[in-house]
Amino acid sequence: MKKKIDVEYIANLARIRLSKKEIDGFSGQLADIISFIEKLNKADTKETPPTTHPLPLKNVFRADTVKKSLTQEKVLQNAPEKRETSFKVPKIIEES
Amino acid sequence: MTPAGKYETTIGLEVHVQLATQSKIFCGCSTRFGSSPNSQACPVCLGFPGALPVMNKEALGFAIKVGVALGCEIAGRMKFDRKHYYYPDLPKNFQISQYDLPLAAEGSLELFGDGQRRVIRIKRVHLEEDAGKLIHAEKGDASLVDFNRSGMPLLEVVSEPDITSPEEAYEYLTEVKSILRYLDVSDCNMEEGSLRCDANISIRKTGAKSLGVKTELKNMNTFRGVKIALQYEIDRQKAVLEEGGKIIQETRLWNEAKARTFLMRTKEEAFDYRYFPEPDLVPFLIDRETVESIKASLPELPQKRYERFVENYKLQPALASIIVNERDLADFFEESAKGYPRNVQLIANWITGDIQGELNKRKLSMASLGLKPEAFADMLKLIDEGVITGKIAKGLLVDMIETGSMPRELVKSLGLSQITDKGALEAVMEKVIKNNPKPVEDYKNGKTNVITFLVGQVMRETKGKANPKIINEMLRERMGKL
Ligand SMILES: [Zn+2]
Repeated sequence: MKKKIDVEYIANLARIRLSKKEIDGFSGQLADIISFIEKLNKADTKETPPTTHPLPLKNVFRADTVKKSLTQEKVLQNAPEKRETSFKVPKIIEES
Repeated sequence: MTPAGKYETTIGLEVHVQLATQSKIFCGCSTRFGSSPNSQACPVCLGFPGALPVMNKEALGFAIKVGVALGCEIAGRMKFDRKHYYYPDLPKNFQISQYDLPLAAEGSLELFGDGQRRVIRIKRVHLEEDAGKLIHAEKGDASLVDFNRSGMPLLEVVSEPDITSPEEAYEYLTEVKSILRYLDVSDCNMEEGSLRCDANISIRKTGAKSLGVKTELKNMNTFRGVKIALQYEIDRQKAVLEEGGKIIQETRLWNEAKARTFLMRTKEEAFDYRYFPEPDLVPFLIDRETVESIKASLPELPQKRYERFVENYKLQPALASIIVNERDLADFFEESAKGYPRNVQLIANWITGDIQGELNKRKLSMASLGLKPEAFADMLKLIDEGVITGKIAKGLLVDMIETGSMPRELVKSLGLSQITDKGALEAVMEKVIKNNPKPVEDYKNGKTNVITFLVGQVMRETKGKANPKIINEMLRERMGKL
């Protein structure tokens, strides 16, 4: 069974623009991927503990010590626009 | 039916607390406040591709403390998730947060402020990273982004919608802050953004079965602001319903200067955060032993301390709740009570009166005021011993705070001792009687309450160093003979 995937909605969430042709193409491909993965639903997992991570690791910590940050020059090196030591972006207005 | 009783209010609060670690939650950048923009940022907190987050152990320890103090069930297993959205202050386009396996859940907080106990249930407590800070430039059409705050360790405490009024919300916030400061896990400074609060609020007809449609309130910068904003929103929702309108589920921003809420401009699509497990952080297993040892290490919390203060010291509940609210104030009270056990109620009066006044004036906490409880207790003894008057003590307290000296030294060096020499007092009294013929005449004609005025005059002449009770007696005796 093929699921209808709303590619336009997903593309919008991901902030990417797709052509009509691409939308149709991805729609079929994504539906195939989803139905393939849905096979897992048939597996008996009654005795299997939930897995949230593929690595057999747990409790990886660092001590609370301050390390050197990047220099401000380095931080801003790739900024398309900056003012003094801040990144400059188009004005964000939150109020109506 | 009265309009006030027509509706009931339901409020749930989300409190974000910045944990007082030295370094950020997933990288070694400093958490210092007030540094030059973007001077505390690295590939991890700037979201550079390939940079890997590593959990700060101290942040988890602090978070467990809070969970335990709020009576929560601490998860045996927790994980982090990515919460996706686009905003210029979020460099990775996702925030590392916790979704379905939070650190702690199902706790409760008991409010005791006005002597009436109410329980507010805590839904969940989870860890997450903060976003950067947007500064809206005054001129031009630009916003500026500072990533020093990006990756700061945050703890989100979510209450159940058990709060029924703006006053109760205020009380809840005060209590949460008090607990956090007792635990020493956050400085809870709202001005510096280390404690922030969002609210969900709805109203419904009294007795209605289902909850009304709620709105979300953001951008409240003080506890008082929260109270005022909630009241504004209650009134706004009532007005909409009274006019036959409908409440729309939306996010509104509190504007303190304009004292009203505004609809937050949102994009067309609904929020869809597309949570999924953070693959760069492995799960965390928290064993019972760790939780039990943290539980055993907790200090006495404000509510317990309040009960003990009322029970053991017999303090008035209102005074006790003010004093226990700040840990260092309560410590000062107990230390002072050791040095001056004779009248602990008097200590409480001084703390909530003159001492609190000095703290407010100087914008200091008790711990940083430099007033030693031994010195304060000794000052109270000086009053009992008749060395100084209560009036002089008020000024002496300020001198003690400013110089850090012991009261007995100051009394000697500043010549503050009470005038006990009868001859000296009589001279002053004669002068006052001579200079105030009218009140003296009034007294003789039966208007005996002018004595207060005359005592005041003597006090003024002696700069407060006379004992008003003795002066009163002396004046009565003297004028009886006129
Ligand atoms: Zn960093």
